[in-house]
Amino acid sequence: MKKIIRYIGVMATLCAALVVLTSCGAKPLSEQNVLNNAKSTNTITWGVKADTKLFGLMNIKDNEIQGFEVDVAKALTKQILGPKGKAKFVQVTSQTRIPLLTNGNIDGIIATMTITKEREKQVDFSNSYFDAGQSLLVKKGSPIRNVQDLNKAGTTVLGVVGSNSVENIGKYAPKAKVLQLSDYAQALTALKSGQGDALTTDNGILFGMAIENPGYEVVGGSFTNEPYGIAINKGQTQFKGSINQALKHIEKTGEYNKILYKWFGNVQGFNYGEAKR
Amino acid sequence: MISIFANYGPDLLLGLGRTLLCSVIALFFSLIIGSMFAIFETTPIKFLRVIARIYIEVFRNIPLLVITMFFYVVIPLTFAKVDGFTAGTIGLTLYTSAFIAETVRSGIQSVNSGQMEGARANGMTFWQSMRLIILPQAYRYVIPPLGNQFINLVKNSSVLAFVAGFDLMYQGNVIASNSLDTINTYMAVGVLYLVITMPLSYYMRHLEKKLA
Repeated sequence: MKKIIRYIGVMATLCAALVVLTSCGAKPLSEQNVLNNAKSTNTITWGVKADTKLFGLMNIKDNEIQGFEVDVAKALTKQILGPKGKAKFVQVTSQTRIPLLTNGNIDGIIATMTITKEREKQVDFSNSYFDAGQSLLVKKGSPIRNVQDLNKAGTTVLGVVGSNSVENIGKYAPKAKVLQLSDYAQALTALKSGQGDALTTDNGILFGMAIENPGYEVVGGSFTNEPYGIAINKGQTQFKGSINQALKHIEKTGEYNKILYKWFGNVQGFNYGEAKR
Repeated sequence: MISIFANYGPDLLLGLGRTLLCSVIALFFSLIIGSMFAIFETTPIKFLRVIARIYIEVFRNIPLLVITMFFYVVIPLTFAKVDGFTAGTIGLTLYTSAFIAETVRSGIQSVNSGQMEGARANGMTFWQSMRLIILPQAYRYVIPPLGNQFINLVKNSSVLAFVAGFDLMYQGNVIASNSLDTINTYMAVGVLYLVITMPLSYYMRHLEKKLA
């Protein structure tokens, strides 16, 4: 008798799993309209960074991701869905963001993602919402002052896998050795334990690290131009249009500047006047 | 997948070479260290038994990634400069040696105790009887589980990717993010791991048939 009950239990679990799995893959993503889906559920799911101070950082106390991009995404959601629209946030990394977008787990990526030609083959980008530039973080007193100083055999530069800043180092300082770590927290730890001479990525992110770590400073100005865009799946023209429209609206009303000032207004070395829109 | 091999072949081969090198080094040293602690565990000297117990329990029960990160970020702060490849290989060696020690110990203990008594009665020292009588028999018993450990070691070497050790998994991550072709890249990486582990697996099976 016991055996039969156990057998039924196993079968029921399997059936339940099957139902759940099949209901997930109801309709191929390319045939869905993300904007209509968002309107019917009153929710937009955004992929954001959770390891990047100022842009998107997990606040351990209340278990919420906070940052400039999170606030922009919330403002855009309110514009697109109305004041009652809900923004849901999913944590992504440079490596996972495109796969998560293409398989439909998230509707849009707003995660310090530079608009590049390579990426435009895979996803669509909205208009730029932030103009970053690549820079360097070094220990205070380091002989490295700019990107030319890196172009020597024996220098090691730290970066993050999947970011285009490591590719740029290949262009600007081809003699330097590049180590690619899995995320910014790890890259910073590696810098602190002397695994590399400089950490390179976009200046906004580096400013965030310099605030947290007073022994380190951002040097070399910005030697590239990295406009951040919101990535969405190809073919979602309606969704893209509404994002661009919402972005234009919050720039016009000054809400964008308010958010920008909230996060970057007091950051040393950041030119707020130049970045505001 | 063919396009991944065509475009990034040299990178993948470099990664494959690094993974092989790391695996061979770690395999060699973990076998030596593991056997040493296995013998310690079975000696009559209590002090050595306690040392072996502590070593095995510590390294067997801490995740490999934690051991590796310790060597990558903590050791350079206080002692010597350790690069990612070295840190990964050291971590892998210590971690695997704890498992090998347990495996070899079980082999030593499954050799009939009369063998040791007989060897000692014939005037051999403990080390002599261990080396000449017990260990050859013990290794024969543990070839199948040791084979498992070796295969696990090769797969675990992917921990190098987390500390920029330029191994196969690291190259895979870099290629996946450059080509944006995640599925095919990781499939190619999987195939290359099979290239290492399948022959190893067959060789272990062959040894098992020949010796056991």
